Amino acid sequence: MLKRLHEIASPVEFEFEGETVVAQEGESLAAALLAHGAGDFRKTPVSGAPRAPYCMIGVCFDCLVEVDGRPNRQACMTPARAGMKVRRQKGTANVKGGS
Amino acid sequence: MNEMAKPAAGTVDLAIVGAGPAGLAAAVTACELGLSVTVFDEQAAPGGQIYRAVEAGMSRGNAWMSMLGEEYGRGAELVRRFRASHADYRPGTAVFDISADGGLGILGPQGATWIEARCVLVATGAMERPVPVPGWTLPGVMGVGAVQTMLKASGLVPDTRTVIAGSGPLVYLAAHQLAAAGAEPAAVLDTTPRGNYAQAAPLLARAMLSGSEVRKGLAWRRDLKKRVDLFRTGVTRVGIEGDGHAQAVSFRAGGRDEQIECDLVLLHEGVVPNTQLAMAAGAAHAWDPLQACWRPEVDDAGRTSVAGLLVAGDGAGIAGADLAVERGHIAALAAARDLGALTAQEAVKQGREAHARLRRKAPLRRFLDRLYRPREEVLVPPDDATVVCRCEEVTAGELRKVAAMGCPGPNQAKAFTRCGMGPCQSRMCGLAAAAVLAEANGNTMAETGYLRIRPPIKPITVGELAALDGVGAPPDTGPLLPTSPDEMPEE
Repeated sequence: MLKRLHEIASPVEFEFEGETVVAQEGESLAAALLAHGAGDFRKTPVSGAPRAPYCMIGVCFDCLVEVDGRPNRQACMTPARAGMKVRRQKGTANVKGGS
Repeated sequence: MNEMAKPAAGTVDLAIVGAGPAGLAAAVTACELGLSVTVFDEQAAPGGQIYRAVEAGMSRGNAWMSMLGEEYGRGAELVRRFRASHADYRPGTAVFDISADGGLGILGPQGATWIEARCVLVATGAMERPVPVPGWTLPGVMGVGAVQTMLKASGLVPDTRTVIAGSGPLVYLAAHQLAAAGAEPAAVLDTTPRGNYAQAAPLLARAMLSGSEVRKGLAWRRDLKKRVDLFRTGVTRVGIEGDGHAQAVSFRAGGRDEQIECDLVLLHEGVVPNTQLAMAAGAAHAWDPLQACWRPEVDDAGRTSVAGLLVAGDGAGIAGADLAVERGHIAALAAARDLGALTAQEAVKQGREAHARLRRKAPLRRFLDRLYRPREEVLVPPDDATVVCRCEEVTAGELRKVAAMGCPGPNQAKAFTRCGMGPCQSRMCGLAAAAVLAEANGNTMAETGYLRIRPPIKPITVGELAALDGVGAPPDTGPLLPTSPDEMPEE
């Protein structure tokens, strides 16, 4: 859906749902995932509907993902770092442990 | 020569929330006047939304900067002046709480803490007005500004069939930027209501006298009409269809219903102030019927109804980046005056040019507000099935039902439907929900009111709150939560 206009200057690799994603270090997870072709980022708690980023500036909260076991992370506000493990958030966050 | 009263230990003169044009300009001025200044911003680099990633952009070179446009380039100089100032800059730091007496709860890389300031300037800018149309919650539907954000910050552009549907200067600017990057949209659906042209026409001449903005905007629009395959005007009844992802846009234009295939839909109906912080602080707000949004009641320097609290930039009412810079400067002068660092006379003198520039641009603002006032179906979604609260999936129809049951406004409707109780804290639904209820009840927006905004206004975990440290923190009474799973109560 998105293409990069320039080469990644400082690539980092992180994991999304078992796939390896290459990102520019420090860019938002949301941008990196959309560039990777991630489709949806989460399923809503109410109906399980698929959602993906809408605003990209931290306002809409539709880009919520789980990062390194921590749920409810706004992908558009989280900088990509090497070795992160990112998963789709399915429904509400499970605060007692992993989902 | 005015002496400034020595601040209490640990209290900063001026805390600024937001490192966009208004916050940066205020910081520069306040530092020049000798105030102690701390600037909090959630992003990793200064610039806010409009000047996002401008420092990185500068290092990409002239071709990149000229693609993004002149206005973006002005941000580079402002950021340079900010970096050269003595402001204490705290990036990656969100403000989750605010008190009426100058306290701020902040959450940064080192955890949460409470700080005290003698004056607080809220410069948190604006967000795109949410556009509740059928299908707007599908993946592949974003705001036009979202794509600009990704372009500036990551050099990403759509490489798929993209439709822009909306109204306002940002539509033409964004389409122009995408076209310059070789990624022009397949279609532009201009939803500016036909009737608005006649209403705005009397304001055009004076708007054109105040600068080159209108001429530039018209040039971009003309250029777009030539480059884009499909350009429709007076578009209404926008709806998005797809199975799990946006696949088509339907709309009405020129009396005909049409549908076009696409993979990405970009919506835009202007921008509205971010009111969370100022509302949480208890500042009085008023409904602006022309801009169709809430704005804090401020004097001409940005002072709110709460002593020591000022708002500058688009957060005080939409006027754009250049005027945000002027208002930031003026607010810093006011803070310095109120703190005794500047006489009233000096504040007037140093603010004269900025005020003059604000006055000169006022006709442009009146013209843009009139021309781009969103059509009624964006403000009050007519279809009952349209989702208004994205987080809790509450539809316009459900809100109309509770209005019929007697809910006068959004606070009561929230109790019955959960509308506004989701993670976005009504940022996305507040305006439309209140508008649906207002219409259903036959009341004005001012009568209907807005949701009560309560902290935390940015995400913070209970653990981070419990570990909060700093001036004014509550006494340590032990852990607030069980610290191991074994201590959790039985369900």
